[in-house]
Amino acid sequence: MSGVGVTRRGGVRGLVTDTLVIAERNLIRLPRAPELLLAFTVQPIMFLLLFRYVFGGAISTPGLSYVQFLIPGIIVQNIAFGGFVTALGLNEDVHKGLIDRFRSLPMARAAVLAGRTFSDLVTNTLSLAILLVTGVIIGFSFNADVLHIVAGILLLLLFGYAFSWVFAFVGLIASTPESANSVAFIAIFPLTFISSAFVPVASMPSVLQAFAKVNPFTITVNAIRALWLGLPPGNYVWQATLWAVGITAVFAPLAVSRYRKQAGS
Amino acid sequence: MTSDAPAITVRGLVKSFGEVKALAGVDLDVTRGTILGLLGPNGAGKTTIVRVLTTLLRADAGTATVLGLDVVEDAAELREQIGLAGQYAAVDENLTGLENLVMVGRLYGMTRRRARVRGNELLASFDLEDAGKRTVKTYSGGMRRRLDLAAALVAKPPVLFLDEPTTGLDPRSRLSMWEVIESLVSGGTTLMLTTQYLEEADRLADTIVVIDHGLIIAEGTSDELKDRVGGERLEVRLEDGASFDDAVRALEPMADDRPSCEGGLVTMNVRQRHGTIVEAVRRLSDAGVEVDDLALRRPTLDDVFLTLTGHAAEEAVAAEDEDRKAVV
Repeated sequence: MSGVGVTRRGGVRGLVTDTLVIAERNLIRLPRAPELLLAFTVQPIMFLLLFRYVFGGAISTPGLSYVQFLIPGIIVQNIAFGGFVTALGLNEDVHKGLIDRFRSLPMARAAVLAGRTFSDLVTNTLSLAILLVTGVIIGFSFNADVLHIVAGILLLLLFGYAFSWVFAFVGLIASTPESANSVAFIAIFPLTFISSAFVPVASMPSVLQAFAKVNPFTITVNAIRALWLGLPPGNYVWQATLWAVGITAVFAPLAVSRYRKQAGS
Repeated sequence: MTSDAPAITVRGLVKSFGEVKALAGVDLDVTRGTILGLLGPNGAGKTTIVRVLTTLLRADAGTATVLGLDVVEDAAELREQIGLAGQYAAVDENLTGLENLVMVGRLYGMTRRRARVRGNELLASFDLEDAGKRTVKTYSGGMRRRLDLAAALVAKPPVLFLDEPTTGLDPRSRLSMWEVIESLVSGGTTLMLTTQYLEEADRLADTIVVIDHGLIIAEGTSDELKDRVGGERLEVRLEDGASFDDAVRALEPMADDRPSCEGGLVTMNVRQRHGTIVEAVRRLSDAGVEVDDLALRRPTLDDVFLTLTGHAAEEAVAAEDEDRKAVV
């Protein structure tokens, strides 16, 4: 066109490049928003220490020490919430007009959402590492071979990725970043607690037990415990994988169609 | 298409947001290499036209093309030919000026290196060289608008859309934006500009289209429009106790119409600006009328609207609100 080095790449290559450009943008801005950075680093460590040393003593977990029980649970909770950056960031982009700029550019349509969720994958990996290191420092130890440990990490990232799409959808429908935040917390926070993440399900009233047993958080937490602590996996690992894939399969199209609708088409 | 075909063509454009008709059948053409000023109050439909032309919004009916490319059928190719700078400076506050421009360049398909060179070029020509390494959070309103405009120019698009580029800016920043915009078009860019300020349209646009309630109500050069609105208005505030009749009698020979008096204020249209104040002062003092204050006012958007539509420009904000709601 105009001789400034603009060449349109088509198809998949364009999508990959544009996705990486958007992901890079999301990642370089992160350290410059101190409140977000704290949410990634200090907040999960704080939760970890609170549960380990404040509540932990009062919670009995037959067969496992509480720190062994807790680490998989708190990591699953944390990684599910990793996507809240996507909810806040997308909502901000919509309201500040940045989405309009992106839509007016000759870039791959899907790259804005793909870039968002991809950068969540990077930050989730980071916070996973922070929690694991802290966990090991306060007494957690793996009871598994490298293959199972890595399988657990991959399952966690897949689960986190699924929730990135949930948050992307929330970010696009919410009227303000604050409401995106509260919708996410009101909808998802209780789910993480009515699960086997922090206490054994058997200690709950029977109504909650029924719910907790089918809760994807319970299933995923149990899958990670099985993989990392050498416990019998039962059906947890494949069910957890199925949940992650299922959540993505529902919320990715929802988010994409919501994004398209906002283009007025 | 031939090179003398219009750069932008709009035919029968209709768009409603619920009950509110944002566009009620708009036709317009923009000649290549010229500036078209879309002038109208909030809610008139200016932004809606820009959003349709930049593929952000789909119209309910009608067609629109940019450089012969249809906004719906050829949206992808069209986006390569346009730049958009919006009402709300669409730059990332947590990125530096340069990072913003590099991101946009890469999304246009440039290599990182090429985008960086182009970004630095633009920062230099927009007087943002030193600010380029700081995050946008630290920028003033005027600097943000300049960066936003620079972002729209990264790919040197032949057609540019500026949606209220100076709304909310202080007079000094507005003036420097105008200078930047003027220099752009001398380079052959076709530009569609929306504004609420008659002065802005007057200064920048080759053709002004006045729009109200989603309809074009007047079109022409600045001079043509002013002829319809009337020329300058002279306002004379009299001292308490001064005689209206004496004042009117003294001023009548230089007035275009019959001077009107209300609450101590004499208002009249005058034919020309030059020398008017001096002549008015001389005539009033010859007639012995005591004057408190005296001013010459240029026709404003309000005057244009009062003349063309019979209502003030401040009404009809509701439609623009609807527009934004639908967008969000």
